[in-house]
Amino acid sequence: MNFDLTPDQKLLESTVASFVKKEATVSRFRALRDDPVGWSKSLWKTMAELGWIGLVFPESAGGLGGSFVDVAIVLEQLGAGLVPEPFVASVLCAGTALLRLGGPEEHEAHLAPLIAGDTSLALAWAERGGRYDPTWVETTAIRNGDEYVLRGEKVFVLNGHAADTIVVSARTAGNPGDSDGISLFVLPRDTAGLRIKTIRTMDGHKAAMVSLDGVVAPASMRLGAEGAAAPVLDEIMDLGAAAACAEGLGVMRAALGMTVDYLKTREQFGLKIGTFQALQHRAVDMFVRAELAKSTSILASIKVADPDPAERRSAVSAAKVELALCGRYVTQQSIQLHGGIGITDEHDIGLYFKRMHVLNALFGDEEHHLARFAAQPSF
Amino acid sequence: MDLSFTPEQIAFRDEVRAWIREAMPPRIREKAAVDGHFEHDEIMAWHRILHAKGWVAPHWPAEWGGAGLDVTRRFILTEELELAGAPSLSPFGLMMVGPLILQFGTDAQRRRFLPKIVAGEEVWCQGYSEPNAGSDLASLKLSADPDGKGNYVLNGQKTWTTYAQYADWIFVLARTDKTAKKQSGISFFLVDMKTPGVTARPTLTTAGTPAFCDTFFENVVVPGENLVGPLHGGWTLAKALLGHERTYIAAVGMSTRVLRRVKRIAAATTERGVPLLEVPAWRSRIARLEIELLALKMTNYRALASAELGHAPGPESSILKIRGSEINQQCYELAMDLMGHDALSWHNEPGTIPEHEASVPPQFQYARAASIYGGSNEIQKNVIAKLILGLPS
Repeated sequence: MNFDLTPDQKLLESTVASFVKKEATVSRFRALRDDPVGWSKSLWKTMAELGWIGLVFPESAGGLGGSFVDVAIVLEQLGAGLVPEPFVASVLCAGTALLRLGGPEEHEAHLAPLIAGDTSLALAWAERGGRYDPTWVETTAIRNGDEYVLRGEKVFVLNGHAADTIVVSARTAGNPGDSDGISLFVLPRDTAGLRIKTIRTMDGHKAAMVSLDGVVAPASMRLGAEGAAAPVLDEIMDLGAAAACAEGLGVMRAALGMTVDYLKTREQFGLKIGTFQALQHRAVDMFVRAELAKSTSILASIKVADPDPAERRSAVSAAKVELALCGRYVTQQSIQLHGGIGITDEHDIGLYFKRMHVLNALFGDEEHHLARFAAQPSF
Repeated sequence: MDLSFTPEQIAFRDEVRAWIREAMPPRIREKAAVDGHFEHDEIMAWHRILHAKGWVAPHWPAEWGGAGLDVTRRFILTEELELAGAPSLSPFGLMMVGPLILQFGTDAQRRRFLPKIVAGEEVWCQGYSEPNAGSDLASLKLSADPDGKGNYVLNGQKTWTTYAQYADWIFVLARTDKTAKKQSGISFFLVDMKTPGVTARPTLTTAGTPAFCDTFFENVVVPGENLVGPLHGGWTLAKALLGHERTYIAAVGMSTRVLRRVKRIAAATTERGVPLLEVPAWRSRIARLEIELLALKMTNYRALASAELGHAPGPESSILKIRGSEINQQCYELAMDLMGHDALSWHNEPGTIPEHEASVPPQFQYARAASIYGGSNEIQKNVIAKLILGLPS
């Protein structure tokens, strides 16, 4: 067994870390909270030039042919710096849909500009009544000759407010909850009948509520075979969950680091508060939880590429549950140990707390993944 | 990164599994199947079986009767034994005093003591803790004074001496210099339990079994040749001992086995005809614990991979101690909760409650010791706070 990063991976890690420290700081993110996009297109372009966007795409699609472990390395560092650029939404969600279901033409049209950092994408899969189940699709796509007519509503579309292109799931057959009959459509944001409403999320990011009011999509905009998109959506949910775990590690590490620094400097009763055993033990509990979450996150980042979906689901669900248990604890205690200053908007620790709670809710919360873990054959 | 065992390691695991199936005597197998309590003579019988196979001291060099296994094979062997529910061997000779004698003892001491430890001919116990000392090990008071004839005379008391009533020998930390700073006046002695003046008095645990003893020393004469390491240098040995075999401290194999039993109990226990294993709330609770155990297991693997590269176990192993004990306790707690009324049963005759549940209540009780012994979890937290997080004193 070997848990060490390769020399290339270590280099990637230190490159991203120093980039985040210099270019993608938390104070920059603070300023972007009031921006209608909420992230920087020029920074996105730089990230592309550094090769991070192309990391997981195969060379045949213009990427670098890396592994998910490489992506996890990037995400952990981005998480530590609260970097808001839409990596998960564009690359892992919409990008994977286009990669798996699209042919060379779609790759050329959508992945090439994404990898170059010229565009960003979104995947609209969630619906109000379906919670975390991507097969709960009430949106319909009714075939009419060479066209489809799409009607329905999608919620909390990550980067939907800024994406150049939105990949939308819609039902070409069957009923909500059926695996069969789900198709994906690639819609430019200015498509007639596509209404995109920007919303704010708790962590200072933006997303979109998307409604499709008789959107007419030519059949050429459908990705892959009709009705066969469910397995890819299933895979994307796992990629998203594993990504949240990796990003959450960075969030936990940063929150713990800030808290320990605070304990070492803040004085009360004439002493550094870090000398109080009650607080020391709390900090240790945070450290222990962060290490355990790291262990399952590593497992998930390896197993998310496992050809056996049951293996993939088990490992990813375990990691997402552990993230919820540990991430909540670490960031909640970070606030507690900072005292009153911890609940002010001016202090960064609250931003980490918020981001962690968003990560917990994305791609399946604790209860969802507990149930899924217990439904696998290995349980 | 590569999180899998090599084909050679997997072949070794299969060999261990097959051997355990073959070698386990029927009586031990029956008890193992229901996780029953093993008596001292059963533990020693299993010791001799492992010794005959050459696996009793996997971490010792072959020259001294060890198996000379590398760190990963040692781990695999230990984990498979735990998974099979084999009796846990007494650790005091094999894991504690043996390695210390190997590292710090004289040749004469090695020749005298090591072969009998490996063969199971002499059973050891540990004399570290004292009344009122607890986790503050260095405040110990047992005195060892030279008698002018090359011997030392021991007076005082040890406590929590696990299984002293079965032991032939005890290793003790004793104060040889009362004027020195706490840690620097302590020496390490080997004491024959048959020496006049040594008395071991068993104490019942909350589990209802006599595990610990109070051990009294009244003018006990110990020959100078039984001093291990330098005079007043015992603290170094005490610390070295605490560092041994830290990768096994998480007891993942044991908790895995308890969790399997938890599922068996959940499947066999019904409420209004529905097995608890089918009830979502219980399923979630079991799943959560299984995930926590998986996180511990992967953390243990990270420590193992680091040991494979030759890194000494660092303060990170305190994580394994803290979570290993907590998760073990939670497993038993969940088993108790699932059992309902059956959890009320206490050492009753066979058949009172299902056989696979019978040992749960005492084991649930005894599991509370795991966060206390071997350096309480609070002490482990102090270690992490100081050595990893760098928090001020």
